[in-house]
Amino acid sequence: MQDLNKILSNYKGEKSDLIPLLQDIQSEYGYLSEELMEEVSKFTGAPESEIFGVATFYTQFRFNPKGKKHVAVCTGTACHVTGAQQIIEGMERHLDIKEGETTPDGEYSLESVGCLGCCALAPAAMVDDEIKSKLSIRSVKKLFRDYNPKKSANKI
Amino acid sequence: MNFEEMVQQEKKEYDLLFSKKDAVFIGSATCGNSAGALIAKETIESELEKAGHDAEIIDVGCIGLCYAEPIIMVLKPQKPALIYGNVTKKVAKEIAKSHIIHDVPLPEYAMGSWGEGQIEGITPLFEQKSMKMQERRILRNCGFIDPTNIGHYLAQGGYSGFIMAMSMDSSEIIEVMKKAGVRGRGGAGFPTWMKWQFCIDSNQKTNYLVCNADEGDPGAFMNRSLLESDPHSVLEGILIAAKTIGAEKAYIYCRAEYPLALERLKIAIAQMKERGFLGENIQGSGFNLEIIIKEGAGAFVCGEETALLASIEGERGTPRTRPPFPTTEGLFGKPTVINNVETMASVALIMQKGAEKYSDVGTENSKGTKTFSLVGQVKNTGLIEVPLGTTLKEVIFDIGGGIIGDGEFKAVQIGGPSGGCIPAQHIDTPIDYESLLGAGAMMGSGGLVVMDQSTCMVEVARYFLEFIQRESCGKCVPCRLGTKQMLDVLTDITTVKGTEKDLVLLSDLAMAIKKGSLCGLGQSSPNPILTTTRFFRNEYEAHIKDGVCPAMNCKDFIKYAIDSEICDGCMVCLKSCPVRAISGAKDEIHIIDTDKCVKCGTCLDLCKRKKNAVKVINAQ
Repeated sequence: MQDLNKILSNYKGEKSDLIPLLQDIQSEYGYLSEELMEEVSKFTGAPESEIFGVATFYTQFRFNPKGKKHVAVCTGTACHVTGAQQIIEGMERHLDIKEGETTPDGEYSLESVGCLGCCALAPAAMVDDEIKSKLSIRSVKKLFRDYNPKKSANKI
Repeated sequence: MNFEEMVQQEKKEYDLLFSKKDAVFIGSATCGNSAGALIAKETIESELEKAGHDAEIIDVGCIGLCYAEPIIMVLKPQKPALIYGNVTKKVAKEIAKSHIIHDVPLPEYAMGSWGEGQIEGITPLFEQKSMKMQERRILRNCGFIDPTNIGHYLAQGGYSGFIMAMSMDSSEIIEVMKKAGVRGRGGAGFPTWMKWQFCIDSNQKTNYLVCNADEGDPGAFMNRSLLESDPHSVLEGILIAAKTIGAEKAYIYCRAEYPLALERLKIAIAQMKERGFLGENIQGSGFNLEIIIKEGAGAFVCGEETALLASIEGERGTPRTRPPFPTTEGLFGKPTVINNVETMASVALIMQKGAEKYSDVGTENSKGTKTFSLVGQVKNTGLIEVPLGTTLKEVIFDIGGGIIGDGEFKAVQIGGPSGGCIPAQHIDTPIDYESLLGAGAMMGSGGLVVMDQSTCMVEVARYFLEFIQRESCGKCVPCRLGTKQMLDVLTDITTVKGTEKDLVLLSDLAMAIKKGSLCGLGQSSPNPILTTTRFFRNEYEAHIKDGVCPAMNCKDFIKYAIDSEICDGCMVCLKSCPVRAISGAKDEIHIIDTDKCVKCGTCLDLCKRKKNAVKVINAQ
């Protein structure tokens, strides 16, 4: 909770601080857990239901931990017409998870996101904070070259 | 130091880049970085260090030629600069050794030259067709200045617009905007002067200014590029607008999917403070301003102004009924002006260069220039800026270079999901607010997605509805339920379940949703269906009546097969198939098991380079 207090100390607890506060918390902890939401409720004085109501409205907020490497595939129009759907399906097959899930070993999580703004070099995806562009089925293979979900599954 | 002295000093510093020693500009906006600009930069740095060659290496923004990223520019004193494209590690090494160190340019990698003088065998970039047709005014600095150096912006005349505004009162500034004819560039095209006037007319003590940098339209990245390449041009506009309406707090609401834009904005704002362009008594004008950045959290609807305000206030991003309009009752209940990023940059440009200069291009009712992101199945994808009134044909073929692979143009989507698609028979439509409305589309924020014959227009409509339905805030019934219904019908049509009644149903739904929805998202949600059924009704009928997807795109209508007369049994596709649907042996014809095949396109893609034996055929 020490880290949380540090984050809270940057804010006064006003309503208009809620979204930036949740963003900072997710940045630090990777996702918004129930315990953290309880603390935010105490800090702002707003009921938990209201906090969850706001947090669940915005797709940026996660309520489950993400993987060590987080892959966000762009589903904007330019990416769509250049094959984003194929890319997502290829990644789902390779990681053996569906979009929105995390691999059981916690290594990778996958989601589709709104436009990353890299439209001229579509299809694009964000791997952690790095943008990968002009993706193809083959570059998907390269991206996860060293990862074998079945091997990892045996380790768990 | 006063403003004039500051500018003179910065001009001197900037000019030194061209006169004293070698300089290399590295295109480091998001596109350039994702394409490998960092690798190119490190390679050049390494080569120069090995040779002991001194040069200034500067990260600049995006010059708009995204299809050729990474792009670098080599500047040698008293010589025209050379712009290189597709700079891989290998090419970067060669450029460093040959051009930078030994002053031998490499025309084979050059895209064009820039500046005074000519290099043999190389056409100046701005004399080439694709650039000549453009009028880069908003984008004038992009790719030529360091966006993290306010000095570069000052050297180009930056903040002179605000200094001018300082000596004018609000009504005078509004007159200038009226004369310029500038209309909001976020999509609605509302006259900027009028919005500001409404806010002032509300006659309240506290007004707010909000800059909408949410840019949610998929396919649009003009605002991102501008913020990453020339953030001060937007910030100066914010200063001028805030001063005019008497706002002491300005918010920039920027989408979180743009981390580099956010980073460069924060740096720019800090530099504004250092130089006295922000805070109290700015440049001795008596005017105070604080700029606060708010990051979006992944809701497309928050690009809608009232939903945006709700988000800043810490609430769910649901729109509000209007009236009252934000200029009467906006952020925290106070009169608020919400302006788009490009509108703000336009305001700064107008105050710097004058209303007459701004409006010397464009049409009667659509003055000035507009930036567009030209993407999709076009050769020269990138960021362009043209005078309003330029035709779609000129943009797609003269600037864009035509369709990839010399394919056939089918349609261009303009205005994002809320806009419409314009087919080949209307390609001479001029790009201005009224002409586009007449064609059943709208200007929108400026995303132009070009589609060729391989695109299924029914699937495009379904894709847009899927997007809109997901992003619907859920507040009003027509949008919440209506978009789901429209999506379900379209999904049926694209999965061989469509019936003839569906087209009537879609038309009825469209009318009801348009009339009943609370905000622009809902009201324009039927547009993908309305424009595609207007111009591509035959495709809908083919799906429903004939069981065929004419573009051979919708998965349930097609299957992959290997042509036994062409296949030479090389095993490449067999080995790469992710679901092991291909059987066969070396030098024997391969066969695809259509029950296992997931139509991922791997074999199609691989065989194109070899025998082109994989074919897409009707499933029937």
